[in-house]
Amino acid sequence: MSVLHIVNKSPFDRNSLDSCLRLAKADSPILLIEDGIYAVQKNTAAAERMQQALSNHPVYALRSDLQARGINPDNIIDGISLVDYDGFVELTTEHDKLQSWL
Amino acid sequence: MASKKFLYVNRKAPHGSIYAQESLEVVLIGAAFEQDVTLAFVDDGVYQLLQNQDTAGIGAKNFAPTFRALGDYDVSQIYVERESLEMRGLSKEDLMPLTYEDEDDDWAEKDSIHVVSSDELADIIEQQDVILNF
Repeated sequence: MSVLHIVNKSPFDRNSLDSCLRLAKADSPILLIEDGIYAVQKNTAAAERMQQALSNHPVYALRSDLQARGINPDNIIDGISLVDYDGFVELTTEHDKLQSWL
Repeated sequence: MASKKFLYVNRKAPHGSIYAQESLEVVLIGAAFEQDVTLAFVDDGVYQLLQNQDTAGIGAKNFAPTFRALGDYDVSQIYVERESLEMRGLSKEDLMPLTYEDEDDDWAEKDSIHVVSSDELADIIEQQDVILNF
């Protein structure tokens, strides 16, 4: 079973996302929560990195965190899946290890 | 007491930490003491001004609507760095409209938010007496 990687920091403020992308094995899923969700938007300085990440990893983002921050769920990078809290729990139970990039 | 020029520099995203909310509270308190208040939004701080923030789903207080009270506290100088917006794929249209009524112009409603370049913001920082960072 693969590791679920969780990123909760903005890609413009910290290097958590970069470290995650550098050290996560191919095919292991990445879940963006809290300020980590700012990486989902199109046309940002992080969009190219996310686009590349999507060719190696399934990427999820927590819908409530987008809504809280005023990020339009209809205008995110293609291929990123939005999950609610139930989906968050499901992802954590489907993987026997979690890596939180604090 | 002569009023001083206070600048509040906001560089943090709104809901991941308490900085943004605390800054807004301090700004409103400072403004109540009739100081000359200017706000700057830089880096992830620009996210504080995004429209349509709805925190019901994360169980946190939504303080974003409080920004609209700034005009009533005579806080009408709000500067957003253009470079920070562009890096995040944002423009002024993505930000909530913030206005004030200009008493020197028959209380005409005017925009409080000004998108400025890094160079312009550097000059604004230079003109202050007190700078507070959040």
